[in-house]
Amino acid sequence: MSQTVHEQPVTAAATAVDAARTARGNDDAYAVRLSNVSKSFGRGGAPVLDGIDLTVKPGEFVCLLGASGCGKSTLLNLIANLDKPSAGTIDLKSGRPALMFQDHALFPWLKAGKNIELALKLRGVPRDQRRAEAEKLLALVRLDTAYDKRVHELSGGMRQRVALARALAQSGDVLLMDEPFAALDAITRDVLHDELTRIWADTGRSVVFVTHNVREAVRLAQRVVLLSSRPGRIAREWTIDIPQPRRIESPDVSALSIEITDHLRGEIRRHGKH
Amino acid sequence: MASTDLTKPAEAEDHAPGAREDVAGLEAGLDALETYESERTPIWRTLVSKVLPPALAIAFLLLVWQIAYWAEIKPDYALPRPLDVWDAFMKTWREGETLDILWVSLERAAIGFVMAIAIATPLGLVVARVKWIRAAIGPLLSGLQSLPSVAWVPPAVIWFGLNNSAIYAVVLLGAVPSIAQGIISGVDQVPPLFIRAGRVLGATGLLGVWHVLLPASLPGYLAGLKQGWAFTWRSLMAAELIAASPDLGYGLGQYLNQGRDLGDMPMMLSAVFMILIVGIGIDLLLFSPLEKLVLRQRGLLVNK
Repeated sequence: MSQTVHEQPVTAAATAVDAARTARGNDDAYAVRLSNVSKSFGRGGAPVLDGIDLTVKPGEFVCLLGASGCGKSTLLNLIANLDKPSAGTIDLKSGRPALMFQDHALFPWLKAGKNIELALKLRGVPRDQRRAEAEKLLALVRLDTAYDKRVHELSGGMRQRVALARALAQSGDVLLMDEPFAALDAITRDVLHDELTRIWADTGRSVVFVTHNVREAVRLAQRVVLLSSRPGRIAREWTIDIPQPRRIESPDVSALSIEITDHLRGEIRRHGKH
Repeated sequence: MASTDLTKPAEAEDHAPGAREDVAGLEAGLDALETYESERTPIWRTLVSKVLPPALAIAFLLLVWQIAYWAEIKPDYALPRPLDVWDAFMKTWREGETLDILWVSLERAAIGFVMAIAIATPLGLVVARVKWIRAAIGPLLSGLQSLPSVAWVPPAVIWFGLNNSAIYAVVLLGAVPSIAQGIISGVDQVPPLFIRAGRVLGATGLLGVWHVLLPASLPGYLAGLKQGWAFTWRSLMAAELIAASPDLGYGLGQYLNQGRDLGDMPMMLSAVFMILIVGIGIDLLLFSPLEKLVLRQRGLLVNK
């Protein structure tokens, strides 16, 4: 699997990942590793997640796909350490993972640039480097001129790009995304798919992307993981080797989407039977 | 389509250079289409829409008052003309006392208000965030808010004597609950998403309070401060009016009280108006602009 490493411009994250890989041997390389993770809320409540085993490799793009009630968001919260698993372990290779929400969750009392600087500050970046770093991140999401903009002055797509820049300002090399484009219009969403693919390739982050949109998953991911609902379990996985950048309406993406959708519907149908 | 070869990452990087520019251009177009410049209203329109109506209302009230005087509804020692009240005000002004009187009261109000903020802010935060403390003293705080602070004057005078301590005690008992209540409702209104987003960024514990909770609850906090100021001013006037003593200096309350002792209605009314004008003035000059600024920054103030 050594040849799977990106031949991209070497970023700090990628270097760290390479070092880790060399140290531990290739088969061991992971960015996130979940072993037998279960979660139930309340005492004796029905499990939301049941025995999840999932390893995300450094620099890998994984989409978690599932219907309502499959615990996708719960799983991200567990990885982000916003909640504790009821059983099982979660290992993270580096730092605190960044998490992007469906709602941009930018702080409206700070300008766009200052939102990013806050993330840098909390990460411990010295004051005199923050501005330059924030501007670099804004340029990465093609919002060079947005530094002094108030959050409410930005469009929905621009807000999500600032939110992405803020997430990238965090040190961890894992980026968790909880349906980040679900609230956007189709045109903007397509563009952001292209942007995310580019940024992922440029930064070498490991991405765990949660969605209920099959085409979106196939458009973006190297690996799609289908979760069953109530309790959430891993039902199936697909590895996708369609070259990037993919187009969401391309025949390849459509064909696989149809296959995955059939499985997803099968999972949903099971719940109607009892 | 499924394959066992795990990763063929980053073909993205070697796609045609033109593709990236395409996306960039598309994105720039979308951004331009979806942003709107908001224009500011010209000053003269603000004057006409904001200043003129209250000015007219005041003029109308003065007219009604003058007519009531002409109609001799009350004898003129009880209901003087507006002009008599103006004369009483100008008399004090010419004696050079007005600013001193105002200063005595304003200084006390400022000190009391700052003390109230210093006590109420941590108190409100703790009550808002710690469940059992909230259960214990939350109802007490909202109950205290409905207790007229003038009720505290007699006990305060007995506990502290006729001095500034008694006055500050009354002011604090009046203002602290409403400021604390303001920050509590401000914190309650903070969207949980902000707290979670802050935690993801590493703002936990006190860092979370400083970087997320406090700024996010600022609008509610400001509303609390505004109300807290009103309570400060009210409590102070009640205290000054009841606890009159030569040791206490000569503030607006004492000025009003002296008017009562002299049976001088124009003087009393001029005191009442000064109290009113200071209360409204601080609100208009300090709290309203501050509140508007905060709301505008957050896009919560819609220009109609």
